[in-house]
Amino acid sequence: MLDVGRHPNIELLAYSEVEEVSGSAGCFTAKVRKKARYVDAAKCTGCGACAEVCPTAVTDLYNEGHSTRKAIYSWFAQGIPSTHAIDTDHCRVFNGKKCGVCAKKCEAEAIDFEQQDKVVELEVGAIIAANGYTIFDPVKIPEYRYRDLPNVITAMEFERFLSASGPTDGHLDRPSDIIVKKEIADLEKLEKRSSRVITRLEEKHGAPSAEVAAKYDSGEVADEHKDWMAKFEDYNKLTEKLSVLKETAETFTTAKNLAFIQCVGSRDLRFFPFCSGYCCMHSIKEAIIAHEHDNDTHSAIFGMDIRAVGKGFDEYKVRGGKNSNISYKRSRVAEIVGGPNGNPVLVYEDTQKQKVVHEEFDLVILATACGPSEGVKELSEILDIEINQFGFFKTTPENPVDTTRDGIFVCGCGHSPMDIPESVAQASSAAARAVQTVTHENLLQVS
Amino acid sequence: MKKKSEKKNEDLRVGVFICDCGSNIAGHLDCPDVTEYAATLPGVVYTKENLYTCSEAGILEIQDAIKKNNLNRVVVASCSPRTHHPLFASSCEQAGMNPYLFEMVNIRDQCSWVHMGQKDIATSKAKDLVRMGVAKSISLEPEDEIESSVVRQTLVIGGGIAGLSVAESLAGMGLEVNLVEKSGKLGGLMNNLHILDSGRPAEEQVGEIAEKVLNSENITTYVGAEVKEITGYIGNFRATIQAGEETVQKTIGSIVVAVGAVPLVEKGLLGHNGKNVITQMELENQLKNGDFKAQKVVMIQCAGARNEEREYCSRVCCLTAVKNAMFIKSHNPLADVKVLYRDMQMYGDVKEKMLWDARGMGISFEVYDPTKPPKVSDDGKVNFHHVTMGQDKEVDADLVVLSTPLVAREGSVKVAGLMRVPTDKNGFFLEAHAKLRPLDFAADGIFVCGSAKYPVTSVEARTQGIGVAARVASILFKDKLIKSAIVAEIDEESCVGCMGCMNVCPYEAIIFNREKGVCEVQDILCKGCGNCASTCPSHSALLRGYKPEQLLAQIRAI
Repeated sequence: MLDVGRHPNIELLAYSEVEEVSGSAGCFTAKVRKKARYVDAAKCTGCGACAEVCPTAVTDLYNEGHSTRKAIYSWFAQGIPSTHAIDTDHCRVFNGKKCGVCAKKCEAEAIDFEQQDKVVELEVGAIIAANGYTIFDPVKIPEYRYRDLPNVITAMEFERFLSASGPTDGHLDRPSDIIVKKEIADLEKLEKRSSRVITRLEEKHGAPSAEVAAKYDSGEVADEHKDWMAKFEDYNKLTEKLSVLKETAETFTTAKNLAFIQCVGSRDLRFFPFCSGYCCMHSIKEAIIAHEHDNDTHSAIFGMDIRAVGKGFDEYKVRGGKNSNISYKRSRVAEIVGGPNGNPVLVYEDTQKQKVVHEEFDLVILATACGPSEGVKELSEILDIEINQFGFFKTTPENPVDTTRDGIFVCGCGHSPMDIPESVAQASSAAARAVQTVTHENLLQVS
Repeated sequence: MKKKSEKKNEDLRVGVFICDCGSNIAGHLDCPDVTEYAATLPGVVYTKENLYTCSEAGILEIQDAIKKNNLNRVVVASCSPRTHHPLFASSCEQAGMNPYLFEMVNIRDQCSWVHMGQKDIATSKAKDLVRMGVAKSISLEPEDEIESSVVRQTLVIGGGIAGLSVAESLAGMGLEVNLVEKSGKLGGLMNNLHILDSGRPAEEQVGEIAEKVLNSENITTYVGAEVKEITGYIGNFRATIQAGEETVQKTIGSIVVAVGAVPLVEKGLLGHNGKNVITQMELENQLKNGDFKAQKVVMIQCAGARNEEREYCSRVCCLTAVKNAMFIKSHNPLADVKVLYRDMQMYGDVKEKMLWDARGMGISFEVYDPTKPPKVSDDGKVNFHHVTMGQDKEVDADLVVLSTPLVAREGSVKVAGLMRVPTDKNGFFLEAHAKLRPLDFAADGIFVCGSAKYPVTSVEARTQGIGVAARVASILFKDKLIKSAIVAEIDEESCVGCMGCMNVCPYEAIIFNREKGVCEVQDILCKGCGNCASTCPSHSALLRGYKPEQLLAQIRAI
């Protein structure tokens, strides 16, 4: 990423979209909208001081919603370019409120609330669509109860949990436990506030609350203490709830018994009939890393086939089974239901024993499918290229990276679902086709 | 030309940058303390702690500090030099400092990550590492990068679909190609196949590309030829090609290995006899020649693969089996076709659809237990343990087809030896990086594609072939090559010409100068491994950037 950012022959137009393409192979004109960041890229050093002072916390989608970022932000810390951008949906200034602390803080004077989108025209010989893919939303599969059971998460969420710079600093805390811990933290704040009020009332009236409450209940004291007593009751409820929660929290451990469910949305005629090609490997990888992190971890990977198909992949799968406490189960999980302690329970057929089994896990990870990227239809119209029956850009076996229009090529998951080595090799392939299109002799033919 | 490495008489001014790496380093050791400590070291005039030194902001801070403080040494204490040394060194160069005066210290992989939860120890170790780095930086010398010329020619070894695709693409960029094919005909394994999964005859498709290659002015094709010897280095290789009686010498700038692989044929494997128990490739032949007559066909996947002897999955056999099963079934709907498998490797979009379609056609897929592999008897009965039914099963077959893996060619190790590139334990060529450099060798200027590296489908082989063309073009379109100065040098004065260094050099970068009676390093070939320096009995061989005084300075600082 940094190499691309620094390469003298590469002009990077991040946060930009192609709006119109005219011309033909060798001499295309592309209109590109550079969306306003409200931060001057020439001045911004990416120091992040603005984000530190920004008062508005926004759900961080880079961490799959498990942490927050600010309304002025960069997508992730090492992103290229490091130029920050303002999220106008959440920024106070763009919502008519008083703020602008980022502009005051920025020593480079890079914040520009008046910035406008800019449309640039590029003269290019060839175009490569490397538009990637969209991850399937498992909410569409009601039987897996994603979003309903907190301990059912997607592989991408799990990646963030495993990451040292992720929301849990790399520890496998269970989402349900995180919710409880957050609730405890919130209640503790409330309790503090409430206790201060009670103390003040006690000082004012010169008597301990409990004593007054006993008298109040038996009707000995008058109604003048009604408010106080109501507050005292609230306070008692709060502390009771808090102590129950704290007791529960003491039993919390990190997730050690993991289930990975393959083909979530893929190889499924309701959604994507095709295979995503890479999820078997990332589930194995995630299970191995989880085991490296905590040797007590056990993982079960549920799949119809384990498609460890690539150089060294099957060996990796076998090694995971031998050394990383992974068991591979040939089964399509029918349903996930809620169990005790927030543990999801998988209902599946153990094909080896021909029995329907209910099995409890600490955490369930859904290997969500790779689908055509959002906006692929719009892009196909802009580029005037065809889409195949699966929703990816159409190519032929003879010319595997050529789209249906001369001079426009495709690589990576815009072509079909594929893993990293295949994407990299295909990217080189698309580059070669682009070079052929723009080399001198071919250009002469065009003009 | 003004040398960048010109020595200036000036005071040592070291700048030290300590990276937090977010919480990767700062979470486990006290970065501000290390930074403060670095400022006390001799020669250090500037220190800075960064959240991410490798971020654009961090790089700018280094460059600004070099300019504002006249730094002539920079030490970054962060992560792995393998990933980040080139970035920091070139950033220093952009700010006007000789890049060889940059030194990197790894306080993440070798410190914060291995001492998690021991903040005091980790911090004190980080200080030691930084002190060593600063001591070494002081003893570093400025160096100049090595330049050499480029011959705009490529040698492609192998004329199958991968090699043909390389040649066709390079010719399309106006580059000249020498294509060497060992057999008498271009097209490789595809000449033996019946149809492709697209339904098109394989020979016709590869023939079309071969035709283009043969008619291209930019491509010289040597059929029935072999590469005998390769010397030289990126930009200037010399290849000796034996084409029949004729021996041809060629100078080329880059080399592509596309020698392919062959299907395993093992007599006796699961009863293989070439008659009623055949391999998938033999079935292709039958289908092609119209000899196929069987009514009951059982295909067995992973025959001779994914076992202890051959651990890998051969990627293409499931596709081949489904393709052939569908062909049989579509021409004879009453045929009984069964596929016994472990995992159907029909990854991606088109292949998975084929699997659905195949099931729809009535081809049955049954899972066998690899711990109890199928047994094939002479009369064609196949016994196996059906995993999802949990019982042993016997099926009848007129023809048993074994889906055997593609295996490396016998000659592949020899070809690898010509260029001193590595192969893996299965005899397949080993690329530089499994994920990020799938088409490169670690050795510069040499590339690999197709089944020579690991079994691939014809579409994948073609994609890789075209991709290699871009890798080659990225070298051949340059006017000259520039290479790191970290290479060995041999002191003429003290070398006794014992040739001990020549024996240990894996890149054959050292030659013996008979006139002078000393060994000499061809610096463009040297990869800076340091074998010669550690072997030389008279300490005449030295590795730039790692000379004894530089390493000793580092060790003494502990």
